[in-house]
Amino acid sequence: MVPAAFDYRSPASLDEALGLLGEHGDDAKLVAGGQSLIPLLKLRFAAPALLVDLARVPGLAGVEPGPDEIRIGARTRHVDVERDQRLSRLCPLLSEAAPQIADPLVRNRGTVGGSLCHADPSGDWGAVMLALDARLDARSRTGERVIAAADLFDGPFTTTLRPDEVLTGIRVPIADNGRRSGGAYLKLERKVGDFATVGVAVHVTLTGGVVERAGIGLTAVGPTNLRAVEAERSLAGREPTDEAISDAARLAAEAAQPKDDVRGSADYKRDVVRVFVQRGLRRALAGATGGLA
Amino acid sequence: MRVDVSVNGQARGADVEPRLLLVDFIRSELRLTGTHIGCDTSGCGACTVLLDGEPIKSCSMLAVQADGHELTTVEGLASGAELHPVQAGFHEEHGLQCGFCTPGMMLVAAALLERNPEPTEEEIRWAISGNICRCTGYVNIVKSVQHAARLRAAAGAVASAAGGER
Repeated sequence: MVPAAFDYRSPASLDEALGLLGEHGDDAKLVAGGQSLIPLLKLRFAAPALLVDLARVPGLAGVEPGPDEIRIGARTRHVDVERDQRLSRLCPLLSEAAPQIADPLVRNRGTVGGSLCHADPSGDWGAVMLALDARLDARSRTGERVIAAADLFDGPFTTTLRPDEVLTGIRVPIADNGRRSGGAYLKLERKVGDFATVGVAVHVTLTGGVVERAGIGLTAVGPTNLRAVEAERSLAGREPTDEAISDAARLAAEAAQPKDDVRGSADYKRDVVRVFVQRGLRRALAGATGGLA
Repeated sequence: MRVDVSVNGQARGADVEPRLLLVDFIRSELRLTGTHIGCDTSGCGACTVLLDGEPIKSCSMLAVQADGHELTTVEGLASGAELHPVQAGFHEEHGLQCGFCTPGMMLVAAALLERNPEPTEEEIRWAISGNICRCTGYVNIVKSVQHAARLRAAAGAVASAAGGER
């Protein structure tokens, strides 16, 4: 397969990249790892006039843990999250999700920011960033703005980023010393590299044995990654008892909007959401309390 | 558009269209046909090459994106007549049947052993999980990689013994 013809530029600075986007608007498409975009170009589902490669733009890749948040450069590859030993302690949800994305070859090229901007409802990072309540930094020629993960997805393969904006980084809040947090990512797939049948991201923060905040993100069960808001609310301020976990799992299943397809019926996927939220919460809580699941 | 790469240690370059896929650049421009095109949809790993030492799918990357980088294809594994330990392992343990997935499998295995010289069976299986063998010869492929790990360890032991005598 051969993509339709396009011009290609590989700017050496963010300003240069932003200039190209400002100049070409919707005719330009950004590429980072290209693990979703290049297959789409080959299928000619996408045919931009100009491809702007972010590969040479400095400062866009890398994981930087700070005192109250972890900054992940938008061009950080999945494999770099997967292999970052610091994250398994600081934010286990990130460490659990990364090795479940696509396959090892794709993870060597694909990027966290690229995946988020691609906004595939089957993408794993979307659910993770929703559960973590991440903040996304976007730059354009006219300035910088912060987008809450909950405000990123506008529809299937559509984000609220403007055509002249570049996602530069993702900031994930981490709990301070007085609190304990834990996370888990559960994914059902038919085989390695297949799109998720269902994915569930769970992140919990405890204060004095009570859930301070629970984040639950869903993969592949709606037009975008979804946040199970009612389920999250049902847990906040509550002791994480079996009953509380069951309630949250039921509410998350109700929030899912799965469709029948080759990977399973809507009813089946909804039930997988319920079971995965239960299991995910138990594992996240075990991590938060330092105990065993 | 100009693309200059190092392929198997040799500087090579060509003028190409931006839309040329890396796998087509390798096969048609560089005439290295050991890299195979399988599914052509990023699903099978037959087109695996090493980009700066890491395995990637050359069907899902543009040739222009490889500009300035180092590529290793299956042709770059052997040193002259001497097989790479992974090649020797595949030979010894019958790691190939039809041979179509073999270049990708061997490159993934070579990269794995560089990073993790003593992988467990599970680590080997996860490492090759992006590469499909439609003969389903995975058992022997895993054995081949284990064999290669032993060959590397033995060669390393010999080399360090020789070094100690100096």
